[in-house]
Amino acid sequence: MPPVRPRKLAKVPFVELADGRLQGVVSSGSDIGRVYVSSIAAGTHAYNCSTNNNRPCGGLYGAPCKHLQALAAEAVLQYGLDRVARYLRVEVPEGAGLIGCLDGSHEPAPAAMVFSRFLRHLAYLEVPDTTMPIPELHWFPAEGTVG
Amino acid sequence: MLAVQLTALLGGEPQGTAEALALVHGFDEALVHGLGRLAEERAEALDALAGAFAATPIGERLAEAAAKVASGSIAEEHLTALAGGRAALLGAVHDALLAGLDAALERERAPWQAAPAPEADGAGNPMTDAGNPAAGARSWLRELAIAGWRGVDHDLVSAVDQTVEGLLAVPEQRRLAVLLDGLAAELRACCPVGTMDRLPVRRWADLWTRALLLAQGGAAGAPQSAGTVSGRLLILGVDVHEHGTAVQFQVHGVLEPADGGRARLVRAAVTVAKVDTITGPATWKLPNRHRMLLAALADRRSLDLTDMPLLDSGDLVWHDDRAVVGGPADPFTTARLTLTGALAPAAPPLDRHPVGIAEPVLVEGYRVTGDGSFDLGGAVLDVDAGRLPACGPLTPQLVAGSSACVGLVRWDGGRWLLQPLAVQATVKRQTVEAGTGDWALGPTDPKVVKAEARAGDAVAVLRERAGRLLRR
Ligand SMILES: [Zn+2]
Repeated sequence: MPPVRPRKLAKVPFVELADGRLQGVVSSGSDIGRVYVSSIAAGTHAYNCSTNNNRPCGGLYGAPCKHLQALAAEAVLQYGLDRVARYLRVEVPEGAGLIGCLDGSHEPAPAAMVFSRFLRHLAYLEVPDTTMPIPELHWFPAEGTVG
Repeated sequence: MLAVQLTALLGGEPQGTAEALALVHGFDEALVHGLGRLAEERAEALDALAGAFAATPIGERLAEAAAKVASGSIAEEHLTALAGGRAALLGAVHDALLAGLDAALERERAPWQAAPAPEADGAGNPMTDAGNPAAGARSWLRELAIAGWRGVDHDLVSAVDQTVEGLLAVPEQRRLAVLLDGLAAELRACCPVGTMDRLPVRRWADLWTRALLLAQGGAAGAPQSAGTVSGRLLILGVDVHEHGTAVQFQVHGVLEPADGGRARLVRAAVTVAKVDTITGPATWKLPNRHRMLLAALADRRSLDLTDMPLLDSGDLVWHDDRAVVGGPADPFTTARLTLTGALAPAAPPLDRHPVGIAEPVLVEGYRVTGDGSFDLGGAVLDVDAGRLPACGPLTPQLVAGSSACVGLVRWDGGRWLLQPLAVQATVKRQTVEAGTGDWALGPTDPKVVKAEARAGDAVAVLRERAGRLLRR
């Protein structure tokens, strides 16, 4: 399993390829307490964007909003274009951008589940460290720099 | 490590290794296709595994387990027995390999002394308590075994999420939590496993086996307290382990007891939880409350310990407030002066698996071959460049240009390997030294500092998000 590549997290703190979707959380540019949950389905490329309280994103005018564009761009940084394109089942010609090659339309998708996965993700940062040895981690050597 | 020692080490694998591994492989193949529908040859493989223990106290239990599983009645106790048999075979391989390594290095190892059996705790007995996350782990591992790796899908993988959350909340279950989380993430990334060309068959069976044994509850076979120690800790280097949600910094060193007793090889580890987007040099920010340990690593200094708890596995249980940074201590000097006479620790029974072999050595006077191996007077030791962590300055190029190396001897894929922890190299006629812990207080290479600044502070961003969103 290739390790993910480091990227700036300020705008899009969470991206994952899971549950048959590219999904993630985009921080609002204007309100630090608000986040958007954005997702693109594999195969159909149906997309959705809403606040974590399920209010529809105002930027969806028949095309992916800036949050979805940011999500796609950061996913490519994190996983590489090949892996994201393969997961979404989309052909991306050389030199083209991922988001422009998607041909889905807006369809409602569950935001609550993605948001709770994000909270679960964040909860790892609150697990206290331990100084008891964990011999099992010898099966997981730290990998060298990628790329 | 001298040429003659390396020659002795490479002299051939211990007798019985191939036979033991063949029995293990038979069991592992059964796990690929699932115990739920066991073809005849796989049932025979389970019989063979059990047969190897026929003359031992666990022979009868294993024979019964193999027969029951073959007949389709797959209870947790049967799986536990088979996992125990598989672990015992690899434990024997571990013991034989380590004995060979000790003999080659002329390294003396403390004998294992079994601690008295821990008292049964009726109230929290994990065997009966259905709400216990360890019970959830056993039940998930049973489902995996029945489905087989080929039958693993997203739903089966996700079924362990809550168990992992529960285990992470219990400090005593950290080993199991970290292991299950790593296994689940690998399986998730491979879903649906049925369509994969090649599977890491041995590896996943290793992880499954260890998880099932750890999920039994109780402390049998785990390291026990060996009191406290005071003295000077001289660091040899740091070994870094990492998966998406955990990183372990394991320091290897030599402890010189304050009472003038014999020097001993010890380790000290810090494991922190993280997420996959925190990686490379940024991971050093996570253990930042252990300032003394990090400073000693980054500045190549010794540490003066007072009443530091020690386990009988040779692991210090690090308390940063019981350590003070001491004078300069170069790992090469430490290795030259102290490695030969230091007493090595015994491995606790549960940890005896070849993957756990990581013996510190000093290698010098070698010629680097075309494929990056070290040729020591005709005996060739392969270098494990895949274990150079991205959080430090060691690169395959630096290792290939080196003239001396402090590293860990490992055994993987049927051969001995050297994992570098620090190297000395000559660059523009100057001797330079680089080690895996050099960036413990932050990267020192301006190019890396710049790249880190560009990427922003992932740890700070996520901590801010957690602070704002988690408790609403
Ligand atoms: Zn939006």
